[in-house]
Amino acid sequence: MFKYLKQLTSLVAMVAVLFTFTTETMAAKKSKTLKNTQKKGFVRCGVSQGLPGFSNADAAGNWTGVDVDVCRAVAAAVLGDASKVKYTPLSAKERFTALTSGEIDILSRNTTWTLSRDADIGLTFVGVNFYDGQGFMVRKSSGITSTSQFKNGISACTNIGTTTELNMRDFFNSKGISYTPVAFEKADEVVAAYDAGRCDTYTTDKSGLAAQRTKMSNPDEHIVLPETISKEPLGPVVRQGDSVWEDIVRWSLNTMIEAEEYGITSGNADMMKSSDNPAIKRLVGAEGEMGAAFGLDNDWNYRIITQVGNYGESYKRNIADTGILPDRGPNELWTKGGILYVPPSR
Amino acid sequence: MKLKKILPQFLTLLFIVLIFGFFTMNAQENMDTRGIEFGFGFLKQEASFDIQFSLIDYDGSKSYARAYLVGLLNTLLVSAIGIVLCTILGVVIGVARLSPNYLINRTASVYIEFFRNIPLLLQIFFWYFAALRALPMPEDASLLLGTSYMTIKGLYTPAPIWNNFDVFLISLIVSLVIIFFFNRYAKRKQEDAGIQYPKFLISLAIFVIIPAFTFIFGGVDLQWSFPELKQLAKTSFTYEGGVGIPPELIALTLALTLYTATFIAENVRAGIQGIGKGQKEAAASIGLTPGQVLKLVIMPQALRIIIPPTTNQYLNLTKNSSLAAAIAYPDLVLVFAGTAMMQTGRAIEIVAITMATYLTISLSISLFMNWYNKSIAIKEK
Ligand SMILES: N[C@@H](CCC(=O)N[C@@H](CS)C(=O)NCC(=O)O)C(=O)O
Repeated sequence: MFKYLKQLTSLVAMVAVLFTFTTETMAAKKSKTLKNTQKKGFVRCGVSQGLPGFSNADAAGNWTGVDVDVCRAVAAAVLGDASKVKYTPLSAKERFTALTSGEIDILSRNTTWTLSRDADIGLTFVGVNFYDGQGFMVRKSSGITSTSQFKNGISACTNIGTTTELNMRDFFNSKGISYTPVAFEKADEVVAAYDAGRCDTYTTDKSGLAAQRTKMSNPDEHIVLPETISKEPLGPVVRQGDSVWEDIVRWSLNTMIEAEEYGITSGNADMMKSSDNPAIKRLVGAEGEMGAAFGLDNDWNYRIITQVGNYGESYKRNIADTGILPDRGPNELWTKGGILYVPPSR
Repeated sequence: MKLKKILPQFLTLLFIVLIFGFFTMNAQENMDTRGIEFGFGFLKQEASFDIQFSLIDYDGSKSYARAYLVGLLNTLLVSAIGIVLCTILGVVIGVARLSPNYLINRTASVYIEFFRNIPLLLQIFFWYFAALRALPMPEDASLLLGTSYMTIKGLYTPAPIWNNFDVFLISLIVSLVIIFFFNRYAKRKQEDAGIQYPKFLISLAIFVIIPAFTFIFGGVDLQWSFPELKQLAKTSFTYEGGVGIPPELIALTLALTLYTATFIAENVRAGIQGIGKGQKEAAASIGLTPGQVLKLVIMPQALRIIIPPTTNQYLNLTKNSSLAAAIAYPDLVLVFAGTAMMQTGRAIEIVAITMATYLTISLSISLFMNWYNKSIAIKEK
């Protein structure tokens, strides 16, 4: 019996080696994810289950938001059409397994870049499209205006599987306050429970608080406290192991930010093709061979700007004009006092 | 001849091994290229997240293994309460379903049709959010039974503070052992000499008197800590002292009980109906009272029909308790397959452990129920 087993395992091993061999040679030539995406004809993008301004679907199922725009930019770059995106709404808990298991190819869903996520679980963060920090929301009527008024026994509603859960513990522990965490899988339930009065405070990224507030039964009854208790750099994530795909997503985001820096908009990109600044011309595909390294044509970045717009346009359209966070804060260009600074496209 | 018998078996085995091998290899390779490691070492790491409700001592400085235990105990807690309550409710409704009284019988069947046909998750949400909306804020809650408060933040009841609890616990065990032997003795007496003892009353007396003695002689002492209203901010209150039972646990128990009871009620009805009318008439003709007919003739036979499908319902209830995650009750799935999985990224290991745990719970329930079913089976003499 054991003899058979040994033969069997070697057989299995042989089959497996054959498989590795074929996939290996393909990946070496070109990005497997890129190839699959072009074959399918759409970008598979993981988003939130509805966070206004970041990733949110209207009644007709059209997705909008700054996180959504990252996926649209990639679709414009690799498929030539920003609308060729298939969105998968994911809870905080589901998001990483969806990416590592290959259900989606980009996760663009208010996800914080941390060491352990980047290094330990098969993910690669490609950049930051929103600099954020964790905050607290309370009912105005409570009279609380600062976290220094928090007392022992406070209950806090939040999402499971988030950095929020961990920061919250660090925060309350360092202040020596005992608290009751009430952690839900889905954001809608967190909001509903807090709104009903189950918790004294609702804690998550400040962007999330601002966005969720718009969904509450009476937004004016709630305030976000001024304190920020953590750093939450939010950005798109890809699976580890496909460096070409990783670069495509990273430079699609960088293109949007750099385009704003050079004043290139969806409206003037055509004109900019004949600019006399080479840095501008490179960003609209009029100079150099910027797409070749990814196996893309030269107009890939031009399409991002004309179809999706630059970062500023995306911010204005999704976050400022909707009244969620009119002030760009740190998410302003470095040239205008913010911290948005991306490497040059050259 | 022998080969003919073995060959299909061998081929099946080969097929399974090949498939299993293929998936393992594939997973291994994919995990390698993505830099994911496999192992259970993470269980010893600090969990660094807190849990709302725990039966054992826990906070974020404890390990993931401890967090697993917290989740497991919470799952067992809600399942155990659910199983007891849905059995009681199920039997009542099932018997009511057979009542000759039209009103009782209709009410029972409307109840069954209603709760059985609405998806359980919806019922959980309903009870949770309906309860949250309906319950008063802590400061508006009125006193229940002179000691407790039912509020949107949970049910606050007095908490027992024991002295020498272990002595008390031992006395409980001792009294149970004595009851067991007494019942055996009583049964023999009845079979041998036809003497009938009031078994239930005597058992109850033993169960009350022996533990009560430990208060007088064993140094056992019980005090209560009562919940007291505490102001957190201008319009925000909570209770301190006592035990707080979270509304999530209450809503989940309620939903699981009401849902599962419908299936058990149907089992009970089918079980009782499965016993021929002749049996009842024959029993009545030898002078047994209706209560005795039910207890001595109908039930022992009906139970054999009722128990196997009911075991299934117990398993369903336990598995359904994993819907807890939706309403923040920290069961095994929320704590371990949820938070711990996200924070460690050890998806394969954690899913494997979680599946093995549910399998073990299910098998234990099945084994116990099978044993119980055998033990009450009618022994042919
Ligand atoms: N940035 C944090 C938290 C992300 C998170 O899940 N936030 C919640 C609350 S804002 C959310 O996205 N909810 C929207 C949804 O689940 O659809 C992280 O990466 O862990």
